[in-house]
Amino acid sequence: MSLDLGDALQTFFAESRSLLQEMEEGLLRLETAPDDTEAINAVFRAAHTIKGSSGLFGLDDIVAFTHKAENVLDRVRNNELALSEGLIGLLLGCRDHIERLLDITAEGVEMDADTRQQGEALASQLSQCMGQSASTLPAETETPLQSLGGGRMVGDTWHISLRFGRDVLKNGMDPLSFIRYLGTLGEIVHLTTLNDALPAAAEMDPECCYLGFEIRLRSEADKARIEGVFDFVRDDCQLHILPPGSRVADYINLIEALPENNTRLGEILVACGAVTQRELDESLALQACESEHRESAQPLGEILVERQIVQPELVGAALSKQKEARHRQSQEARLVRVHADKLDELINLVGELVIAGAGATLLAQRQGGSAMQEATALISRLVEEIRDGALRLRMVQIGETFSRFQRVVRDVSKELGKDIELVITGAETELDKSVVEKIGDPLTHLVRNSMDHGIEPAEVRAANGKPIKGKLKLNAYHDSGSIVIEVGDDGGGLNRDKILQKAVERGIVAPNQNLTDREIYNLIFEAGFSTADQVSNLSGRGVGMDVVRRNIEALRGTVELDSAPGEGTTVRIRLPLTLAIIDGFLVGVGDSAYVVPLEMVLECVELSDADRQALAHRAYVNMRGEVLPFVRLRDHFEVAGNGSRRENIVVVHYGGHKAGLVVDQLMGEFQTVIKPLGEMFSRVKGISGSTILGTGEVALILDVPSLVQQAAAREAGLNEEAGRTCSADRETASIQ
Amino acid sequence: MELSSERHENRLRVHAAGEMTIYSAAELKPALLEAMGQSDEIEIDLSSVSEMDTSGVQLLMLMKREAVAAGKAMTLSGHSPAVLEVFELLGLGGWFGDPQVLPADATGRAA
Repeated sequence: MSLDLGDALQTFFAESRSLLQEMEEGLLRLETAPDDTEAINAVFRAAHTIKGSSGLFGLDDIVAFTHKAENVLDRVRNNELALSEGLIGLLLGCRDHIERLLDITAEGVEMDADTRQQGEALASQLSQCMGQSASTLPAETETPLQSLGGGRMVGDTWHISLRFGRDVLKNGMDPLSFIRYLGTLGEIVHLTTLNDALPAAAEMDPECCYLGFEIRLRSEADKARIEGVFDFVRDDCQLHILPPGSRVADYINLIEALPENNTRLGEILVACGAVTQRELDESLALQACESEHRESAQPLGEILVERQIVQPELVGAALSKQKEARHRQSQEARLVRVHADKLDELINLVGELVIAGAGATLLAQRQGGSAMQEATALISRLVEEIRDGALRLRMVQIGETFSRFQRVVRDVSKELGKDIELVITGAETELDKSVVEKIGDPLTHLVRNSMDHGIEPAEVRAANGKPIKGKLKLNAYHDSGSIVIEVGDDGGGLNRDKILQKAVERGIVAPNQNLTDREIYNLIFEAGFSTADQVSNLSGRGVGMDVVRRNIEALRGTVELDSAPGEGTTVRIRLPLTLAIIDGFLVGVGDSAYVVPLEMVLECVELSDADRQALAHRAYVNMRGEVLPFVRLRDHFEVAGNGSRRENIVVVHYGGHKAGLVVDQLMGEFQTVIKPLGEMFSRVKGISGSTILGTGEVALILDVPSLVQQAAAREAGLNEEAGRTCSADRETASIQ
Repeated sequence: MELSSERHENRLRVHAAGEMTIYSAAELKPALLEAMGQSDEIEIDLSSVSEMDTSGVQLLMLMKREAVAAGKAMTLSGHSPAVLEVFELLGLGGWFGDPQVLPADATGRAA
């Protein structure tokens, strides 16, 4: 069956992925609490639903494989199979395999030999769990026979009457795939195709479905499961299911309820062995006789009541299934699935709106009418709210990303033979989806590093008097317009001397350079560190750390590291909440305008003439007794022209450092839509993007982190000088 | 879906190739009916049908019924594996009443 990668299939992929996620969570929960029936049910449900939906799309590979896993899960659910650690491992493997099969289908490529082999290996392991060798026939017909209550006999035959709605084909569903899938629940003993509804050739619409089916199914599935097969067409088909052992009267009622000619249906039922000719004749006669006495046909409700008497448990099952479906529907109603592209488009538009709004405000200010200004002020407030709302739409909790690491931690700790526990805090912290997507890889790297090289082996931990179980912490919180993500371990910490020695060897620092511990630890993010010839403890930690830093810097974030010998290491990633829009503070230098992200601005101070003269020879100012390094933007960006008569200093902070930016003009707050800079400007330091002002001019967005770093580095250099002259305080210009 | 036909005396042989699915049903129906109008004896060669869904089966059933009603002979031949699978699933082999050549490894119920 060729695949039509339509919307339905995409939905199927998305849903299956989230089901697989549930499955993984359930299995991991079962690892600590093997008796958690809710978790077992959740895992089973996930597998079952994936199987069901892939059956609908004719994805036979997935159906076949998932079916095997489901059988094992079914036995676990019925307490016939104990859930050992090995079995959980196997089931996790199966989950991964299903994911791979999904990926293969989504990419539309053929299954490669490796995957096939892996699938077979897993399947044979599963069969072993079922107490079967892999060579037996497909499990659906071979599962051990068992009575499931209700006094129902094993191998009984269900009768299913199916009349599909006219539009089922147009809705993208093929009745054949439902029947195929029904076949996986048991054996289709007999199937009669009814074409009675086919109109005359001229009126027949070839894209409508006119066929009906009478099916005899031998299966051990319960009614809810058989009904479940038709979940997707529930509204689009007429479905009657008669359980095994139904009375003849029930079949008569069925005949009445179906659209076709009664006699013909009777013949079909006889033909497929549901009733005998004699039973049919007698009942039909009885029915005819009865209906003469009654004014109207037996109402549907009574038929149901009658049925209820026969099989109350089935009705109960059907009702609870319905209730469940309704509950699911009401939950779905509160969530809307929106294509991410649409959201991006909306946010782009809001960005344009912000720019256009700024233009209108500017015009209003120039023209000066107070009513006009009031109106634009209101509009800009609303635009601001829309902007925040639109960005919130794209905000997702980081918890989902974090919980993925449960699995990573489990697998890696097994691999390394270490006992490590993952502690997650701040899972509800929200950040932009576009950031979340890009943070996964660096985080995985950091987590693996911490487990591999941070947390010591059990013997070492025991010798150092630490609990044997290692702890890995993932934490997230908001801090001044950024999100901070911490990856911490309670391992041995970094070896300061070794790092320093290595840094000197590699020529990253000069041998006599004076560095704080923190600066030394952060050296492992330097590019030169990730080379071969690793030394034990810090070896792996250096590998790829520069890649982590590069990835994070590409997101306009920073990464730093704290470590205490014997107590552990914490890597702190700081990221902007969103990549699209920021509140900016507009400053002017000469004729150009620059934007400073508002959340980084601490205060603005005017520089007096005296200060300016004093500052001409120094790169720091005395800020109420504090040494404040600064960058003169005019010099930094080599703006042409003489300095203006007055200058201001904007105090910014980032990641624990403060610095001043000397500018000519303060122009106030400004909402800024970030436009990325072209490749050409990627080497220009101190600029992170550009934006368009209300006047249509371009303003550059300052890369405060790099400017602060630059200022701090210069301060460090000058501090030594200042220390030598011993008279820094007196000479430092004072600022009120 | 491509239809080509050749005439052997009274018999019109229609060769159907490609997908007999909902995607081609709309064009297939008038084409088949037209072919039927041209001859009293029609044979539909299914050997090149790569895929068949409900709409395809349904069309064949319609053709068969129309043919019988008009007193014409309609036969199906050369059932491709895709067709055989569907016929077997729906128990239609006997309904059409045409000889089918089952592939050697087919273990399914003989219709």
